[in-house]
Amino acid sequence: MIEAMDVSVHIGSRRIVTGADFQAAPGEFVSIVGPNGSGKTTFLRALSGDLGYEGEIVIGGRDMRHLKPWQLAGIRAVLPQAATLAFPFTVREVVKLGLTAGRSGVLPGEDERLPERALAKVDLEGFAGRLYQELSGGEQQRVQLARVLCQVWSPVLDGVARYLILDEPVSSLDIKHQLVIMNIARDFARRGGGAIAILHDLNLAAMYSDRIYVMHRGRIAAAGTPVDVLRDDVIARVFECELRVNVLPSGGVPYLLPQSVARAAG
Amino acid sequence: MTDETMDARAVLHRPEGDRSARARLAIIICAVLLVVIALGSLGWGASDASALGVVLDMISGGAESVPARDRIIVWDIRLPRIILGMLIGASLAVSGAVMQGLFRNPLADPGIVGVSAGAGLGAIGVIVLGGSFLAPVTAAFGIYALPFAAFLGGLATTLILYRVATRRGQTSVATMLLAGIALGALAGAASGLLVYVADDRQLRDLTFWNLGSLAGATWTKIAAAGPIIGLTLVASPFLARGLNGLSLGETTAYHLGIPVQRLKNVAIVMVAAAVGASVAVSGGIGFVGIVVPHLLRLAIGPDHRYLLPASALLGACLLLVADAVSRTIVAPAELPIGIVTAAVGAPFFLWILLRRRGLLDL
Repeated sequence: MIEAMDVSVHIGSRRIVTGADFQAAPGEFVSIVGPNGSGKTTFLRALSGDLGYEGEIVIGGRDMRHLKPWQLAGIRAVLPQAATLAFPFTVREVVKLGLTAGRSGVLPGEDERLPERALAKVDLEGFAGRLYQELSGGEQQRVQLARVLCQVWSPVLDGVARYLILDEPVSSLDIKHQLVIMNIARDFARRGGGAIAILHDLNLAAMYSDRIYVMHRGRIAAAGTPVDVLRDDVIARVFECELRVNVLPSGGVPYLLPQSVARAAG
Repeated sequence: MTDETMDARAVLHRPEGDRSARARLAIIICAVLLVVIALGSLGWGASDASALGVVLDMISGGAESVPARDRIIVWDIRLPRIILGMLIGASLAVSGAVMQGLFRNPLADPGIVGVSAGAGLGAIGVIVLGGSFLAPVTAAFGIYALPFAAFLGGLATTLILYRVATRRGQTSVATMLLAGIALGALAGAASGLLVYVADDRQLRDLTFWNLGSLAGATWTKIAAAGPIIGLTLVASPFLARGLNGLSLGETTAYHLGIPVQRLKNVAIVMVAAAVGASVAVSGGIGFVGIVVPHLLRLAIGPDHRYLLPASALLGACLLLVADAVSRTIVAPAELPIGIVTAAVGAPFFLWILLRRRGLLDL
């Protein structure tokens, strides 16, 4: 369980996140949505341990402030929004950096083949020998995900659930790879780990999330299952956009189309 | 994938994109090369003293009856010079590689960004003021006063440079180079002031030292700088994993479990110590720190676990070769080695810049 209680985050003198309560349990896919500048990334960075905060964050039953970097690295792996690379590493070498903490959770001998397995998972088989810097943005993003997967390859290690923390994991991907990545994260949760993702695509959030947190002006504006949270009034209040939420006949997954703005207006 | 590459993979048992086998081979080649060059340098010089003869004489307990002059040339002139050359070359190349990893920038080099100038200021301070104003310091530290002062100068410069050039873990190349110029100029001005008040004997020491030279190599200098350089060389591999992680950025390095702040502190102190000790005994020998790691990255990739040891070995080779050139190109006189490394290194630096700008692809 990752749990945040009354967490506020300042950057400089500005308060970016105010009194956020948040929970992500093992087995769950939790997404965070909200307009640009609502504090999602800042909040995620506090959850990752990068930023100082007020309030409490507990991860796996331990106060995050007391965990050393290498201890945290054994519990959670973080996919950044964008990553620049200073030197010309090959794709395989970048992915292998995920094994720095040495807590992938596979048998010692299998570590050596892990980069290839991770690359296959993110649909980049055969890319191992390419130079990272020569790949497209979407390919780089998937290489980074492969690296993150290596870090916490087993969703549960020594009885402790581990977490994938993903900041806009599908932002520069085509639709096929959006689904590939979302399935990886959901699968990670199904196998006993936890997944926390910032998403801009509300439909993907609705499709994959067990629970959704909506952030608005640095606060959690709504939280709950997709059906509870993705409602016309919440969308209107948070995104300042008059959209109509529909529900797929099968499965009850809510969805919304930008075209519904015109319908609502007409 | 073609059949040939499949075969090659099967033969090497190495997955694609894994350059570790090649890197290990490169380290072995560099080590062999270093032994060959070092032995060659021992036997080669302005005098016709035979190193082989002297060594045989030592082994047989004087039976070879080698002239005492030859024994002195080999043991007290050539050997300390070779050992010092290897230490300095290794130290400069490793400092360059560590600094580049720390700044996440392949253009960071102690000589270019003013760290050597800062170390030089410390050293000049001790040379000029050691007899008067700083007499208690020289008395207390003995032969270590010079390297220690150079270390302090280098440390101060590196710290200021890092503060100025790095913001939220991102280093701007332009700011780093410009700040380096400013710091170098400042240290140069202060050094100039000290030179101005120096007496004749000190001036001779300074001029010689300023251009960078291995000519004054003695066992005493090795005793002063050797332990410090040796320690940094032995410590450097422990930074390798951290520097690898840091190449993805500070935040990501932290996510990977690397204690980033501690890594940066250790790296800065290490670079300052290695550069300080080198500058103290041999002056400002430039460009080794940029040429060696850059060539190696092209050959074996940027993985610091291999890059750092390979840099140490190739840096030592390069400096011995440069020293051989400096000793013989204008024989019987001798060129300061700093001129040789700058003549090769400066165009190389420009070449890197042009490549990065995409104007030139050689």
